[in-house]
Amino acid sequence: MICGRVWKFGNDIDTDVIIPGRYLDNYSPKHLAKHVMEGVDIDFHSKVSEGDFIVAEKHFGIGSSREQAVIALKAAGIRVLLAESFARIFYRNAVNHGLLPLVCPNCSEVFETGEKICIDLEKGIIFSSEKPEKKLDFQQLPTPIARIVEAGGLINILKSEIQEPSKK
Amino acid sequence: MSEMTVCEKILSRTSGQESVRPGEIIEARPDLAMSHDNTYLVYRSFKEVGASRLKDPSSIVVVLDHRAPASTVNSANTQRFIREIVNRLGIENFFDIGTGICHQLLIERGLVKPGMLILGTDSHSTTYGSIGAMGTGIGATDMASVWSKGSLWLKVPATIRVEITGATPKGVFAKDLALILVGKLGVMGADYCCIEFYGEYISNTSISERMTLCNMAAEAGAKSAIVPSGSGSKDNLSIQSCSIPDKNATYLTSLRIDSQTAEPIVAVPPSVDNVVSVRSVEGTKIDQAFLGSCTNGRLDDLAIAASMLNGKKVRSSTRLIITPASSEIYLAAAKEGILEILVRSGAVVTNPGCGPCLGAHQGILADGETCISSSNRNFRGRMGSRDAEIYLASPATVVASAIEGKIADPRRYLE
Repeated sequence: MICGRVWKFGNDIDTDVIIPGRYLDNYSPKHLAKHVMEGVDIDFHSKVSEGDFIVAEKHFGIGSSREQAVIALKAAGIRVLLAESFARIFYRNAVNHGLLPLVCPNCSEVFETGEKICIDLEKGIIFSSEKPEKKLDFQQLPTPIARIVEAGGLINILKSEIQEPSKK
Repeated sequence: MSEMTVCEKILSRTSGQESVRPGEIIEARPDLAMSHDNTYLVYRSFKEVGASRLKDPSSIVVVLDHRAPASTVNSANTQRFIREIVNRLGIENFFDIGTGICHQLLIERGLVKPGMLILGTDSHSTTYGSIGAMGTGIGATDMASVWSKGSLWLKVPATIRVEITGATPKGVFAKDLALILVGKLGVMGADYCCIEFYGEYISNTSISERMTLCNMAAEAGAKSAIVPSGSGSKDNLSIQSCSIPDKNATYLTSLRIDSQTAEPIVAVPPSVDNVVSVRSVEGTKIDQAFLGSCTNGRLDDLAIAASMLNGKKVRSSTRLIITPASSEIYLAAAKEGILEILVRSGAVVTNPGCGPCLGAHQGILADGETCISSSNRNFRGRMGSRDAEIYLASPATVVASAIEGKIADPRRYLE
C-alpha cells in the first residue's frame, strides 16, 4: 500500500510546462526540482513534499522526450502519477526511473488537491484515506513494465544484465 | 505467417521474431541510435549501469544541436564533456555544433535507409519515416540500454493508415497538411501508434515535405510515421524489404486528408491540435517570426522565404529569425543567393541548429510577446517567457506575417 497527498492538474500538461527548456543546461536533480511545473504553478516546488502524488486529466507529459521532466518530478518528491492518459515517451521515462505511472479514468473528478489517497497495488484500487468509500479502479501495469518499476527502474535491471556476463 | 505493417515488419526483424502483434512488448536491436545534447544524461545512466564500452559503436550517433554554440557555462561544460566521451567510447558518427539538426543530418548524410529501426532521444525521431525507416523517440535511460546491451524494450504499435489525396492549392504546404492531420487526430490521437502515409500527394511530394509530415506526426503522439518506400538504397535488401507493408496487413483505422481543398493553417497557442485557417486569425500582431527547426528549416523552405522577400523588408516592429537546418543547406542557400536576399530583407540568419525552437537561445521571447513559428510546438513557455504566445504555421505564412508585422495570408505573396 502506498499513500500520499494529491496535487491536481488539468489536461495536456506538457513537458515544457513540467520543466521548461531554458533550465535543461543544468542536469542537477535539485536544480530541476526548483523549476518543476513552473509553467502552470510557479510556486509548486515550494509546496510539494516528499511522497506526494500527482493526479491529472488527459495527456500528461505530452511533448519532448526530455527525461528531465521525470527527474524533476521525482527530485521534487513526487512518488506516484495518476492520470487519465500519459504521453508515450514520458510514460517510458517514468517507468525507467521507477516512478509509478497509473492510468486511472475519472481520477481527477474523484480526488481533490490536498486529499490523502492510498493505492492498493494488489487489488488494483485507489481510495481516499479519510473516506474509503471514495474509490476507483486503475489499470494494472503490463507484467514486463511492472517488473521495471518494481526493480526501481531500468538501470537496476540493466545492472544485473550487464554485470552477469562478466562474472562468468 | 501473419501479414504485417511496416512497423510490425521492422520490429519483427529487429527482435528476431518471425512475426509480432500490436501491444506485444519485445526487445529490439536498433540499426541506428541517436542522441543529442542530452547525451550527458545517456552517459550518466550508462555509467550507473556499470557499463564501460558500447555494445555496437558503429550504430551510435551523437549530434550537438540544441544549444549550438553553447549558450551558458553549464551547456559549454556539458558539450566539452560529451566531446570527451565521444572520443573515449570511439563514436565515429559525431556531429559537432554548427553541422545541423540531428534529424536533418542523419538523413542528409545517408545514415538512414529504408526499413531500418532508428531510436533517438528526441521526440521528433519520427522524421526518419520520410524515407521508409521506423524512427521513434525514447528517453536517455532507454538509450543507455542501447549503448550497453544493444537493445531496448518496445511495445509494438498498431498502425493508422493516412491517405493524402492530391496536389495542394497555392499557398498550402506539407506543414499545413501536417497541422490539419494533428487537428483531426488531436495531440494524442495517434498515441502508441504508427502512421503510414499514402495517396497521390505523398507519391508526388519531395523528401523535404515528407520529412515535415513525419516530423509533425509526433505532435499527434505517434510513435512513428512512415512513408512506405522500397526505392532508395540498393544495399541490404533484407532490411529494405521491411519498408513495404504486406498486402493484407491490419490497420487500426484509416483517415483521409483532402489536400486539394486545403487552405493555409495555423495552430493557435497553447496546443498544436488547436488548428484554424490563417484567414480566421489574420491581423494578429506579432513580435517575432521564426523560420527553421527540424520541421521546416530546409532549402525549399528558405527558397520560398527568399522568393517572397525579394526586394521587400521585414516589418520594423517584427524580428524575423532564420535558422538553416544544416550546414549543407546553409551553403546551398549562400550559393543560390538566397541568404543575401534574406539578410537584405532584415532577417537575422543564425548558424545551423535547433535555433530558438526550444527556448534555449537565439531568439527567446519576452513577457507578453507573440511569435509565429515554422517549428513544431506552441506550448506555454516553449520559446522563452511563460507569458509569450506561439502560433505555428508554414514557412510561407511565417514570412508573409514577418512582412506585415501581423499574421498574414501567404497567398498574396506567392506567384
